[in-house]
Amino acid sequence: MTALLETRGLSKSFGGLKAVSDVSFAIDKGEVRAVIGPNGAGKTTFVSLISGRIAPSAGTILFEGDDVTPLPAFRRVQKGIAYTFQITSIYQNLSVAENVALAAHQPGGRASLEPLARVGLADRAGQIAGTLAYGHQRLLEVAMGLALKPKLLILDEPTQGLSDAEIDNFIGLVREVAKDATVLLIEHNMPLVMELAHRITVLDRGAILAEGTPEEVHANAAVQAAYLGTG
Amino acid sequence: MTARILLLHGAVIVALFLAQYVASDYAVLTLTRIMVLAVYALGYNILFGYAGLLSLGHAMFFATGLYAAALGVTRLGMAVPEAFLFAAVCGVIVSFVTGLIVLRASGVAFMIVTLMFSQAAFLTVLYFGDITRGDEGIVIKDDQRVFPVFGHAVNLADLLVRYNIALAFLALAMFLCLAVVRSRIGHVLVAIRENENRTAMLGYDVKRYKLIAFVLSGSFAALAGASYALLFAYAGSTLASIQYSIHPLLWTLLGGAATVLGPVLGTALMFLLVDFASGFTSASLLFVGVVLILLVLFFPKGILGTIRQRWLRWLP
Repeated sequence: MTALLETRGLSKSFGGLKAVSDVSFAIDKGEVRAVIGPNGAGKTTFVSLISGRIAPSAGTILFEGDDVTPLPAFRRVQKGIAYTFQITSIYQNLSVAENVALAAHQPGGRASLEPLARVGLADRAGQIAGTLAYGHQRLLEVAMGLALKPKLLILDEPTQGLSDAEIDNFIGLVREVAKDATVLLIEHNMPLVMELAHRITVLDRGAILAEGTPEEVHANAAVQAAYLGTG
Repeated sequence: MTARILLLHGAVIVALFLAQYVASDYAVLTLTRIMVLAVYALGYNILFGYAGLLSLGHAMFFATGLYAAALGVTRLGMAVPEAFLFAAVCGVIVSFVTGLIVLRASGVAFMIVTLMFSQAAFLTVLYFGDITRGDEGIVIKDDQRVFPVFGHAVNLADLLVRYNIALAFLALAMFLCLAVVRSRIGHVLVAIRENENRTAMLGYDVKRYKLIAFVLSGSFAALAGASYALLFAYAGSTLASIQYSIHPLLWTLLGGAATVLGPVLGTALMFLLVDFASGFTSASLLFVGVVLILLVLFFPKGILGTIRQRWLRWLP
């Protein structure tokens, strides 16, 4: 099976700081992959490079075998790489339905409300997005990701600020999504990651520290050291 | 387009058409001027109201149309319709090239860069004083304002001919504007105004949409400038000055940004306000200033913006 997304020697420096250094990484089609790591490990920088929000200092990014490194973010979205923001980024002043319609590339039109139904917001389609409760805004963000019908859905800390009950729903949702899309999940919540991910990549100080199944990573001494700070 | 929207905008045009039968000559002249400048404001609103880009340099595009038309007639021997077309082409080219450069900036930087370009254009007009005649301006002679249409001689010196041409032009601009804001482009522009990052991350080519808005807006300004020169037979450097960049912003804010009728209403009200205030004080601009402060305090969305928010949600 060929990789859906592959990075080769991907690096990004901010001045003297190497936020991501020489990361070679591949994710297979249909996989749910989690990227974990301590604060400041470069997780968000890494997915920003993949989504094209920032340009790499070195390295290449291949999507479905094509080099997408020179493409601006919006072209990558068109190719099927969707990114949901860590900090909720929806159209606060527009209706929930219009938010999804924009994501479905039918601005002003009547887009299917199916993505809203999938996250359980169908009955709130007419509401102004900014008036939704925080948890619902997060779900809308995911619904917009779904409306893009992506091949690769990048979820950047999607459960941040959600209640336990909401997180349980969310786990079910990601399983659903994973049936027809590949999911790249950046997450701090370890029980969630252990439950959802097929494979886990651990980043530390901008480099890959370990990679494997949840069990392998869990047992990895270096990972424990990085997290517990005893290294 | 829903019926009530067409009905409302159609009613405005019909009312303006009927006004010529009851208004005095002075009122007809004022209304003609208002209608031409309202086209300028309509275009400004596409960029400012819908796309959320505040330009302080639109006088440059207004002046492009103004001088292209005036010089076309007086120097290049064009007839009025040719000069108008020539001005349109110049407007598209100038706004496209300017847009490519200034849209690299955003926010306050965008305001400053557009202001700089516009001031450079204004100084250029003064520098080439032998051609543009600076402050004194170019005056189009009466015999140059007569042109044939299907065998009939149309004379732009005639008050009512002028009025109806300006009205037709306003009607066209208004319905074009309606079509744009209700189209896919209009909705994407609003999305860019509301959240540019998100819009790019939904796969929209934000730069291209902004450029479309900029060229549309600049071209409206140039066409308004061309009509101004041709209808009032005058093109002077005051019309290229910073005042004429600020005017459409104020008109749009007064009437209601991101509403189609807002700029038209705002232009008309501001004219009437100045007219009214100058009746009893020489400090009429002070009067206007107070009104604007009250507006910002109590109706920050402008007149029609507030009406839409409170009562008429369907207003485009």
